This record gives sequence, C-alpha cells and structure tokens, in this order.
Amino acid sequence: MDIQIRNLTKSYGGHRAVDDISFDVRTGEVLGFLGPNGAGKTTTMKMITNFLLADEGRIEINGRAIDDGWAKQHIGYLPEHNPLYDEMPVIDYLAFCAALQNVDKSDIPSRVKEMVRICGIDTMKHKKISELSKGYRQRVGLAQAMIHNPDILILDEPTSGLDPNQIVEIRELIKNLGNEKTVILSTHILPEVEATCDRILIINKGKIVADGTANTLRKQAQGQQVLRIKIQAPDNQVVADALQLIPQVRTVEIVDFGSGRFELQSEPEVHSNEAVFHLCASKGWVLTEMIPYETKLEDIFRDLTMN
Amino acid sequence: MNQSWVIAKKELASFFNSLIAYILLIAFLLFTGIFTWIYGGGDVFFRKQADMQVFFNFANIILFFFIPAITMRLLSEEKRSGTMELLLTKNVTDRQVVVGKFLAAFLMVCITLLFTLVYYFSISRLGNFDHGASITGYLGLLLMSAAYIAIGLFASSITKNQIVAFLLALFIGICFRFLFGFLGGSMTGWLGELFNTLSLQNHYDSIARGVIDTKDVIYFLSITALGIYLSEYMVSKRS
Repeated sequence: MDIQIRNLTKSYGGHRAVDDISFDVRTGEVLGFLGPNGAGKTTTMKMITNFLLADEGRIEINGRAIDDGWAKQHIGYLPEHNPLYDEMPVIDYLAFCAALQNVDKSDIPSRVKEMVRICGIDTMKHKKISELSKGYRQRVGLAQAMIHNPDILILDEPTSGLDPNQIVEIRELIKNLGNEKTVILSTHILPEVEATCDRILIINKGKIVADGTANTLRKQAQGQQVLRIKIQAPDNQVVADALQLIPQVRTVEIVDFGSGRFELQSEPEVHSNEAVFHLCASKGWVLTEMIPYETKLEDIFRDLTMN
Repeated sequence: MNQSWVIAKKELASFFNSLIAYILLIAFLLFTGIFTWIYGGGDVFFRKQADMQVFFNFANIILFFFIPAITMRLLSEEKRSGTMELLLTKNVTDRQVVVGKFLAAFLMVCITLLFTLVYYFSISRLGNFDHGASITGYLGLLLMSAAYIAIGLFASSITKNQIVAFLLALFIGICFRFLFGFLGGSMTGWLGELFNTLSLQNHYDSIARGVIDTKDVIYFLSITALGIYLSEYMVSKRS
C-alpha cells in the first residue's frame, strides 16, 4: 500500500514538532527515518498510525484519508521503547493482539505459531513478558506488529537493545518484508539505514532536510571526488605545483608537507585518479597512497542537522 | 463490540492472574457473610427475619471501597507503561477500549455477587422470604456498581498514577453518596432539589426498598454513560 503525506503539521504547546512535511512511500519500499532526538520522527509515526491527529495536512493510504481509522488494521506498529503487558505470557499476548486486529479466530493459533517461529521466540513463548531479556522483548514487539500480516509496517527503532547477531537477523527480516510491504523505520544507527533502507529521509526540527537513497545523498552533499594521496618525491613543492596544473584537479591541499600528503578535490563530475598516476609515472615519483574518499553518511547527517 | 469483548476478557484474566480478584472475593464474602449470618446485631438469626437487608447494606458499603480498587489501574496503568499507544493503534476505537475496560470491571462485580446467591437460596428457605425485594436489591447493587465503575474509570483516565486514580474515585464517590445528599437536606429551593436529585444514596435507597422507579434507573444509567463518555474523551485527548 502506498502512503502519501501532505503538509503534515503538529504542534505541542506552541512548539512545532512536525512542520509542514510532505513525502510519499511506495509499496515495496523501506524508508529510513533519520534525525536527531526530538526531530519529529516519532510524532510523524504516531500520526501515520492514527494515534495522534495532525493539526494540519493529510495522510492518505492508497489515496484514502486515514482519519476515521480504517487503515489501522493494515498497519503494524512497533512503538519506541516497545511497551508490552508485562504480566502476560508471550503467546497469550500475541493471541490477544491478533484478536484485536480482527484475525479470524480459527487462524489465530497458526498466526501466533508463525510469528513465534519467524521472530525466534519459541523457547520463550510460555514465559511472562516481564521475564524476558531486552532482545526477546524486542522480538515480541516485532511479532505483535506483524501478527496480522499488515501491508504497512511502522517500526520505531526496531533494533534497539538487540545484540549484533540479532540485529543482523532483524535487518534481514525487515529487508525481506520490504519486498512486498511498505516499511517505515526510524533509527539512530546510520549503518543500519544503509543496510536496510531503499530510501532515506532525514528530518531536523520538524522539517525534511534530505530525501533520497544513500548514494544520491552522498552526491548531493559532496559534488566532487576527494582523493587523498601520498607521493615520495625530492621536492614536495614541485609536486604540489604539478598537481595543481592537472586540468581535472580543482584544489590541492597540503595535508602534511614533510611526508608528502595531499588532498585533491576534483572538478565536478570528473575523476583525477588516472591523471595523478600518469603525472607520477612521467616524473618518476613514487605514488605510495591513493585513497578515494567517500563522504560518510555520518558527515551528511551532521552537516544537515547541526547549524 | 467484538473488540470490547476481547479487551474485557483480557482484563478479566489479568484480575484473576493477579491477587486483586481473590482478595476482592474473599474479603467481600467474608465481610458480608459475617454480618449477614453471625455478628452485628443485624444478622438473620438475631432479627429472626428471612430477608437480605443486612447483606445489601454491607455489600453496598464494601463495593463503595472496592470498586475504586478494581478500576484504578484500568486506564492509568496503560498510560503509565505506554501500552495505551500500542492498544489504540490496533484496530480498535477509543470507545471500544473504554467500554471493554468497563465491562471487565462490571463482570468482576457480577462474579463476586454470583457467589452471594448462596445467601439468597439459603435465606429464602428459612422463612417467609420476599423474593421481589431481594431481586430488586441485586438490581440496585448492579446499577450502583455500574455507576461507581464509570466514576472509577473516569478517575483512572485522567492520571497515570493508580493511587491518585483510587483516591479520586473515592472522593467523587463520597460526593455522590454523602455530600450531595447532605447538601440537599440542608438547602432549600431549587439548589436543594438539585442536590437531592444528584445524591446517589437517595436513588439507591428507593431501589433497595424494593421499588423500581424508572427515574432511579435512568439516574444510574446516566451516571454510567457520562462516566464512560468522559473517560473516552480523556483517552481521545492522548495526554
């Protein structure tokens, strides 16, 4: 199912938590929601899940406004902090969630069984939720979100509290789900977005500051290629001057004059690797290092959200 | 309705999974049992009368304190732990949640009263027994419980703290039970009339005497509906 969000605004006592946000999510897309704490990620998710009402703007799913709550049964939601009924045994809880989501009474046991299998909570299924470790709680949270096989999954920090192995499993799971479902997930862990999401949305202070795949964001943030090189030559000043004369090179920055380290920024859309190599070859200099430097998602994130 | 029933069943199960249900049952049966049969100068054998008047009087008082204890956590705990968010994003409306919680508490009271049917059957064999008065007595208890539960539910909907919810429910209960009747008796004119109408005790007394007046029934049902409605409103504010 497709989600369309138009001019969504929500204020808490004069503070605009979400400020005129518009974006679309398509079926089969995993959208990563990034942003510093308090940026409005959770508020946006709460509005999509119909928990909060928007002050302004509209949310549509398959072209139909969600105001009357019709879409709830198509949405699976894992809230932040993963609240659960501590006193309930795991399978009772999952059966309760299934019944609330209008799963056919005859299908409930098989759905519960399947979720227990997919989320790997088989050994814990008869325990009370209060007895579970954080990782298992998180799995129960995921299981309840998917119990009715929803078309849309909204996951607020799905991997928090999991150990590295579990994180990989859950990411794998989300990726597979993303093939046929619409998934929106929020996280603070940047490599996670790269690993699981088709598209990234960075929001800051309630506004969208970036929207695209990890690659397009990189391109936007850093138009030119950056090379870090180290050259062994008799006179480093000569090297610096010669590098500056390469047509593809825009600027040369001397990082460490003594050891011959330079940072080259290329002209837009071209690479300078070959030219640098040929220059060194023709002059007989030894090129000991050449590192094409990619802007990290962390840097983009920091650029966009710190002012 | 179906969703409300799912919630009611879950709540009822959690009463019985914790100690609440058992404490309530034991204490209720112990107190009403002692005063109905054994002690207090009003028991059946002392008065030599086969009626349930004493039982109804004590049941009324005990429920007054116990119903807030049942209702206090119904909504406040969901708010405190954050499970309210999860619940309301399921395929349920705010009203279904509130009605489900109300039903759970009401069923709990029904189950409690069900055990006292033993009194009913045993006393009815002791002598000249007025079945009509006892049946209206039960009806009065149920109507009054419904009103108290709705009040307790409302108290639970405005706070995250169970103790606050309990005390608030008790306070509102005291207003309806004692304060309004007292004010009604000490004031004249339309104000006195108004407080007399609001007084829960006045309406309960007339039902307990064996007279079912639609006015009284409507009074209890209105308080119940108002309590449920206000709870729903508080839930819908998401505060």
